[in-house]
Amino acid sequence: MFENNATILKFIFGRLSLDSFPFHEPILVATFVAVAIGGTAVLGALTYFHLWGYLWREWFTSIDHKRIGIMYMVLGIIMLLRGFADALMMRAQQATAFGGSDGFLPADHYDQVFTAHGVIMIFFVAMPMIVGLINIVVPLQIGARDVSFPFLNNFSFWMTVAGAVIVMISLFVGVFARTGWLAYPPLSEYAYSPDVGVDYYIWGLQVAGLGTLLSGVNFVCTIVKLRAPGMTIMKMPIFTWTALCTNILIVAAFPVLTAVLALLTLDRYVGTDFFTNDFGGNPMMYVNLIWIWGHPEVYILILPAFGVFSEVTSTFCGKRLFGYTSMVYATVVITILSYLVWLHHFFTMGSGASVNSFFGITTMIISIPTGAKMFNWLFTMYRGRIRFELPMMWTIAFMITFVIGGMTGVLLAVPPADFELHNSLFLIAHFHNVIIGGVLFGMFAGINYWFPKSFGFRLDPFWGKLSFWFWVTGFYFAFMPLYVLGLMGVTRRLRVFDIPSLHIWFIIAAFGALLIAAGIGCFLIQIGVSVLKREELRDTTGDPWNGRTLEWSTSSPPPAYNFAFTPIVYGIDAWWDMKERGYHRPLTGFKPIAMPRNTPVGIILAGLCVAFAFGMIWYMWWLAALSFVAALTVGIAHTFNYKREYDLPVDDIARAESERTRLLGAQA
Amino acid sequence: MTSLAVTGDAFVAPADTATEAPGTLTASQSTAEASIFYVLDEHPHPAGYSTMLGFWLYIMSDCLLFSVLFATYGVLGGNYAAGPSPKDLFDLPLVAVNTSMLLLSSITYGFAMLAMQDNRVGRTQMWLAVTAFFGLCFIGIELYEFADFIRQGATPQRSAFLSSFFTLVGTHGLHVTTGLVWMATLMVQVGQRGLIEANRRRLMCLSMFWHFLDVVWIGVFTFVYLMGMLR
Repeated sequence: MFENNATILKFIFGRLSLDSFPFHEPILVATFVAVAIGGTAVLGALTYFHLWGYLWREWFTSIDHKRIGIMYMVLGIIMLLRGFADALMMRAQQATAFGGSDGFLPADHYDQVFTAHGVIMIFFVAMPMIVGLINIVVPLQIGARDVSFPFLNNFSFWMTVAGAVIVMISLFVGVFARTGWLAYPPLSEYAYSPDVGVDYYIWGLQVAGLGTLLSGVNFVCTIVKLRAPGMTIMKMPIFTWTALCTNILIVAAFPVLTAVLALLTLDRYVGTDFFTNDFGGNPMMYVNLIWIWGHPEVYILILPAFGVFSEVTSTFCGKRLFGYTSMVYATVVITILSYLVWLHHFFTMGSGASVNSFFGITTMIISIPTGAKMFNWLFTMYRGRIRFELPMMWTIAFMITFVIGGMTGVLLAVPPADFELHNSLFLIAHFHNVIIGGVLFGMFAGINYWFPKSFGFRLDPFWGKLSFWFWVTGFYFAFMPLYVLGLMGVTRRLRVFDIPSLHIWFIIAAFGALLIAAGIGCFLIQIGVSVLKREELRDTTGDPWNGRTLEWSTSSPPPAYNFAFTPIVYGIDAWWDMKERGYHRPLTGFKPIAMPRNTPVGIILAGLCVAFAFGMIWYMWWLAALSFVAALTVGIAHTFNYKREYDLPVDDIARAESERTRLLGAQA
Repeated sequence: MTSLAVTGDAFVAPADTATEAPGTLTASQSTAEASIFYVLDEHPHPAGYSTMLGFWLYIMSDCLLFSVLFATYGVLGGNYAAGPSPKDLFDLPLVAVNTSMLLLSSITYGFAMLAMQDNRVGRTQMWLAVTAFFGLCFIGIELYEFADFIRQGATPQRSAFLSSFFTLVGTHGLHVTTGLVWMATLMVQVGQRGLIEANRRRLMCLSMFWHFLDVVWIGVFTFVYLMGMLR
């Protein structure tokens, strides 16, 4: 009888049991209590203010690219808090684990923390922010009313959320991977990591990766097919250009990630021998494949940031971007070269001098187009009337910081030097230097720049500047010591140290992390204060920065249909051109506009994917099978819905447009 | 007016620029046609305007997925781990029959598309059914082949060669299966609504998918089976 019960329990719960919950980890229990209280408060508030219906109708089921973009940004900011909490724990651990002390994190937990930090920061902070910004800006910049496939856009977003949810579940149910953020085999094989950690990793990334891939297809189509008349490919705004290249990279790189993770899945679930040490498997195959995705991935992140800096520089210097054509070619060259450098991530594999030289040289060549971009920004600033608003401040901080990161990158590209610095804190300092100094600074520039477009009021500059200075100084305090430590030979991912002379550098780095924490705090306060002071910060013109591209020709926030009349483009800075030459906004003759209908199918499918992944992770096969069949059924049923659009009546458009006319008139 | 504070210091506010601009035009800019900044008489893009390009992009991404599997087979395909090799396992006549099933299904799908262009619903459905039949035969023979290998002890777990073989060929089979489910769905939808624009577009997409799988299979047949026998 007892045995029978055990079988039934095993069938229902798979390998999930009471032991899977981390009651023995005080840090996790405290976190869980805090999250539970906070979560209950948020959910309670939503219920109390009757916001569920509003959120569901206006946001969760929305297929308006602007709202989806904002939801992406919210996801990125929430996950930044989680990823940064991990970073603080690592810095605290390394600053305290000296002189015989073990620090406060047990090895088992510390390894999960550094893995989760990397995975979350790349996949669930940087990626959502990049895709979010592209969502908000690109259709407006090209004069389109939405993306090519609005439903797919909503589905992509919810798949990204689903991936984040799967990774977050691992915090309180079971464990996360302890393998490092790329889960190299053989460590990530079943033989060495039999618990659920790597499975959480695999399924979280598969689900989110599918969303990213579909979003990539969507945006390549949107940019190729939906540009306003007159906007030839060499008249596209630079941010749109970088978005195009990034999305091409997504389409060309993410299938590789999907495939290589699928092979690892087969190794773990079916017992195949792709990356095992025996039966003919080859772990280096995994390392090659994952970096064939991984290197383009870093350019997927940085190119849109370059685009943001280009827009910001030319707007806040009041000048046309210097060297538009060279900027475009530099972007395209980086796109192509990003596929020819993956091996520099493992020069120590031992592929020989010729192979290493090839990849070393291609890596160094990338610095040429990047340098060209840097000079373009400098020459745009040269003799420009620079306004030191927040986006411009972030841009200048980026230019200084990124050059340092770029130089250490070229240093690492030299194979003999790499043999010394490989896997050291020097490498950690380098990639944080370019990802924080490049991508994150770019996102902050972008958020400050386009926030008024999305919400109709600017962000508070005081708290923004405070956040800026904390972030920038914090960054230098946190990562310059890591360069020093790396040069002294300290390897990454260490938990305890016994050389006292190293201690001071880790304390400085921890201090830097605290400064960054203050920077994040100020950023959150900045948003809160701006919401409270929104009437004071209100933008009624739609063009608060005297912008140059088409998104500034709409009201802030833009109407659901973006443009009552599609603009015609004659030059690179279309909106500037319109302002220069006296455009007339048509006030009559509106036509009904076909708009996509909202749909809950995206969020339902993503929810089923979470259930499927949870079933697979815990070997609850009935759940996996059930949710798979359900997802398939919902997906097919969705194709039977042929009424995806409705016509927005002329009256609604006329009302929105006359409101805009009134606001503009109040300006004059 | 507060919102202008930020731009107001050294710059003319945009609204003013707009009203003053005509006086500052240069001769080359003030051409008559250049002053129209909005499309007043607009013809919106038809529904599904981007679908074909989007589907091509999807196919390209799928192509990359297969190329990873081909590359893996290329690297690991010779690692028999003292287990069976292609020569011990492959039954070329059977694979030839299987290949002909898939190639025939591509031809019949072409007939379905011709019937679609003639706007003949029944004929289109008939040819789709024939295509699905050949597809099912292909899957059936493939499953028979797999079962035969496994019976001989040549399981996916036996060696890296067999792992990559089963994964490459199996992924293709999975794609064909997906295509079959899609085909069944479309047959119902064509039955319900006829050959309307949306259904034609869907049939075109499935057509691309189906022929793409054919192309991949030719790669599999050559690279895995024929060259495997030469090893």
